[in-house]
Amino acid sequence: MTALNFYGEPPAGIGDEALPGRLIVIEGTDGVGRSTMISLLKEWLETSGYAVVDSGLTRSPLVGPGIERAKRGHVLDPVTLNLFYATDFWDRFERTILPALRAGMVALVDRYIFTLLARGCVRGTSREWLERVYSFALIPDAIIYLDIDVEQLLPRVTERGFDHWESGGDYLQGVSVYDSFVQHQRAMLNEFREMADRYDFEVVDARRPAEPVFEDIRGRVERALVGLIHA
Amino acid sequence: MTDITTAAPNGYTSDAEQLTGRLIVVEGIDGSGKSTQLDLLHKWLRSEGYATVFTEWNSSPIVRGTTRRGKRRKLLTPMSFSLIHAADYASRMHAQIRPALQAGVIVLADRYVYTAFARDAARGVNPQWLRDLYSFAVPPNLAVYFNVPLEESIARITLGRDELKYYEAGLDMGFADEPKESFRVFQSRILEEYDALCSEFAIKRIDATLPLTEQQAQFRAVVREQLDGVPRGPRNEITDLLQKTGLSGHYLAGSALRR
Repeated sequence: MTALNFYGEPPAGIGDEALPGRLIVIEGTDGVGRSTMISLLKEWLETSGYAVVDSGLTRSPLVGPGIERAKRGHVLDPVTLNLFYATDFWDRFERTILPALRAGMVALVDRYIFTLLARGCVRGTSREWLERVYSFALIPDAIIYLDIDVEQLLPRVTERGFDHWESGGDYLQGVSVYDSFVQHQRAMLNEFREMADRYDFEVVDARRPAEPVFEDIRGRVERALVGLIHA
Repeated sequence: MTDITTAAPNGYTSDAEQLTGRLIVVEGIDGSGKSTQLDLLHKWLRSEGYATVFTEWNSSPIVRGTTRRGKRRKLLTPMSFSLIHAADYASRMHAQIRPALQAGVIVLADRYVYTAFARDAARGVNPQWLRDLYSFAVPPNLAVYFNVPLEESIARITLGRDELKYYEAGLDMGFADEPKESFRVFQSRILEEYDALCSEFAIKRIDATLPLTEQQAQFRAVVREQLDGVPRGPRNEITDLLQKTGLSGHYLAGSALRR
């Protein structure tokens, strides 16, 4: 049972109700291996007879296309971008995550508000303001944070190429994409580590090979699922 | 002067002294005549040689498309409606309002954050959260509320219009099935919110049932009090020509009228 507890005041449109499902969040920076772990988790959960729904950033029908378009324009200030993300987050929460929790499903969420808080903070947006805005978020049953160092990220990211936004290209000055990437990711990792205690992250060491990382995550998810009915 | 700048998302606060322009906003429910009044004020200020920038609620070129899509497909709920309008405001503040105020220009805003405070609260959004959400907003130098009774606004809105829009009528809230009835319930809630906002933020009220010219005279009087020290350019030839021929220059591209 997911308790109907929000970080702040309950948001408009959500009544006092029972949420028999479980909200499992996977957090971590770009290239840390979240998608791989989520695919593995999903397969394992479904094989074990759980109904699963997954949701990731910018996949909302309302804002998804708008964010992609705006990002291409390079005219986006950090506050507007963050409010775009906040709208996307809320739309996915109300449309996908909440109905799944009501139906007793496992909602497997790839990045939650923590990535959005970190992205805002590294761009100089006030943490206090960001935390107030995102106080409408439901407190998850488990927040699994994949921790890594920039040194280990580099080979993984180099293979697929450096992305403008993942390298902080919108706010960092400089000509070297490599330097920007390192600086941006270091700042992001600092933000995540600072949030770990405050928000009760379950920290998983993602410097290890995929198998032990997955086993570690699976154990934690299993504990969060205790009492949940499955086929 | 209001006090909504309690947080500074990007180091935006406490530099109010650098904003040499003036921010003047009008508020009111649909059919209050606020846009007409702002348009008349706009023409007057231009004819007086002031550089002006006009900004409308929900008009950011980056965000507007998403809002429109949400409205057309009825995807918006009270929270997403609120958030996407905040994104729209943020984008205009960053790209339009703030730079204009730094440049010493008079910014005229048709609806401002009070619209969100009134409308979103009428949809059940937490008022304190709304104030926090918009705490990065530039406080206006003057906010004027055009106060119109509900019946009068309904009469004006339904005159010459076949249909009320879905969100405008608050049909997303299920107050009533019939659009006109829903509009009535929704707008009366918004009126109550505006009423409280006027005291909270010291918003100047103008009686919107007065003759248009009388409203405009009152409006100009309070605006004039704000104009001390605002840079005012020499009138250019076009402004003089307009003045001489008694035209407003409504159809001229804005650049021709600016210095």
